[in-house]
Amino acid sequence: MSIDVEAVRARYPVLDRELNGNRLVYLDSAASSLTPEPVLAAMDHYYRWSRSNVHRGVYPLAEEATDLYEGARTDLARFLDADPRGVVFTKNATEACNLVAYGYVRAHLGPEDVLLSTVMEHHANLVPFTEAARAVGAEIRHVPLTEDGQLDLEAAAELLADGRVTFAAFIHVSNVLGTINDVARVSAMVRDANDRAVVHVDGAQAAPHLPVSVRELGVDSYAITGHKLLAPTGIGALVARPELLERMAPFLTGGDMIRDVTLDGATWNDIPHRFEAGTPMIAEAAGLSAAITELETLGMPAVRAHERSFTAALLDALGTVPGVRVHGPKDVDVRGSAVSFVLDGIHPHDVGAMLGSRGVCVRVGHHCTKPLMRCLDVAATTRASAYIYNDVDDLEPLVEGIEAAAAFFAR
Amino acid sequence: MEDLYQEIILDHYRKPHNRAPSLDDEAVHVHHSNPLCGDEMDLRIRVVDGRLDAVVFDGEGCSISQASASAMTDAAIGRELKDALDLAEDFRLMMHGAAPVRADDLGDGIAFEGVAKFPVRVKCALLGWMALKDAIDTHERGSSAHSVTHED
Repeated sequence: MSIDVEAVRARYPVLDRELNGNRLVYLDSAASSLTPEPVLAAMDHYYRWSRSNVHRGVYPLAEEATDLYEGARTDLARFLDADPRGVVFTKNATEACNLVAYGYVRAHLGPEDVLLSTVMEHHANLVPFTEAARAVGAEIRHVPLTEDGQLDLEAAAELLADGRVTFAAFIHVSNVLGTINDVARVSAMVRDANDRAVVHVDGAQAAPHLPVSVRELGVDSYAITGHKLLAPTGIGALVARPELLERMAPFLTGGDMIRDVTLDGATWNDIPHRFEAGTPMIAEAAGLSAAITELETLGMPAVRAHERSFTAALLDALGTVPGVRVHGPKDVDVRGSAVSFVLDGIHPHDVGAMLGSRGVCVRVGHHCTKPLMRCLDVAATTRASAYIYNDVDDLEPLVEGIEAAAAFFAR
Repeated sequence: MEDLYQEIILDHYRKPHNRAPSLDDEAVHVHHSNPLCGDEMDLRIRVVDGRLDAVVFDGEGCSISQASASAMTDAAIGRELKDALDLAEDFRLMMHGAAPVRADDLGDGIAFEGVAKFPVRVKCALLGWMALKDAIDTHERGSSAHSVTHED
């Protein structure tokens, strides 16, 4: 089943916009995806029809709001093949990573432990753990990369050899290199070296683009964000094994996350509610459900197949532009749809400004991956990242824009 | 594109003035970086009789940051330190939408007035000027080197 891109595009109102008389070409979905009409409608319907709080009222509106919110939990669990009792809603993937850093790492690890990270991490999955490691006095080790931007698993085996790694946090799909890491394999390596080890994965760039089964990946927790998978901003999730959540300390405390409260203290609600203090993001949860329906209707294997062929065409197209150097794997079997490149002698800001003036939206900068930028020995890159509404007709405006930048900024 | 990249700006970008990796008898060397876009700038000044006898810059960055630094050196060289600080402040206010008071003294720097309409590029245009201000402040503190990271 392939994707009918014209039919998909018709669902995204913003794609009707023109920029300086040019068709809008949106190639920045790794930063944030566009929002389809049904997601907007789901949020609108909640506010117009069912507006009330969750988990409290016993009148129909409140029951509807609770159904929307808890329904999103069930939908997300089904979408990621995970246990709904392990789905904690957060505001984004960064908060989901912090939940693990505070609830697990800071609560359970000490100076005898070692954390495993990698050089390709997004700051969201790096800084919470470097800070947590510092706080508990634990060592942190980083898996280096191979020449073509994949995790160096031989080096990883050496870092794991002494059996001291008790916590690992790494990214599923790199937001810069596009690399799809073999999560099941790395996770197994970590557990083989120490069967008590907990494995946390940043799936923010994977869940929107690949069929993901958290169960099959064999990880303990998996962070996602809604706004990269057609859902609104302001909702993400930690998708964890319930057993891990049971061991985690509360992170944010207050209303909704308690069982009983006295003036001296409190006991905690059951998981996952223990980690959701205060009134949650209800409209956003309704939007997330609608976004999941969009993706399930297309089918995640079809989404992946579409992006795989688009990425192959994108890599071919960039290969024709003099002075363009692409980072990350060349093999589209091990790369997602984010493609970072540099244009010889021209700063990415200038490339991005030229593309933007022609209606082509790309991301420029360090993409929240400063250690990776140092590893690649670049200050910044230009990144084109695709989704279901991109097609080969987006390549010509991109390539022409890059060529125009090369001519305009030639010295 | 023409709103942002005026011909004067592109001229400075293609053939920067006073771009050099070192300076004889330098009084101060400051290093400024902007981690958000990866811009790096080294600015060196030589001070004779309370005036900027020489200003050179080096570094990496987008066309706006490099061209603005080049235009800045032209406008700053020869000025008394306090006068150069005043001019830098005029440029800074212009980047935040104010009409420049010293348009003539800014020289080619006036070409960057339109950058104020592109908020994300304002920091690029300011980088060289802020480095100059820091170099003079550093000199007046009696130091010869300073390093600054701009967070946005």
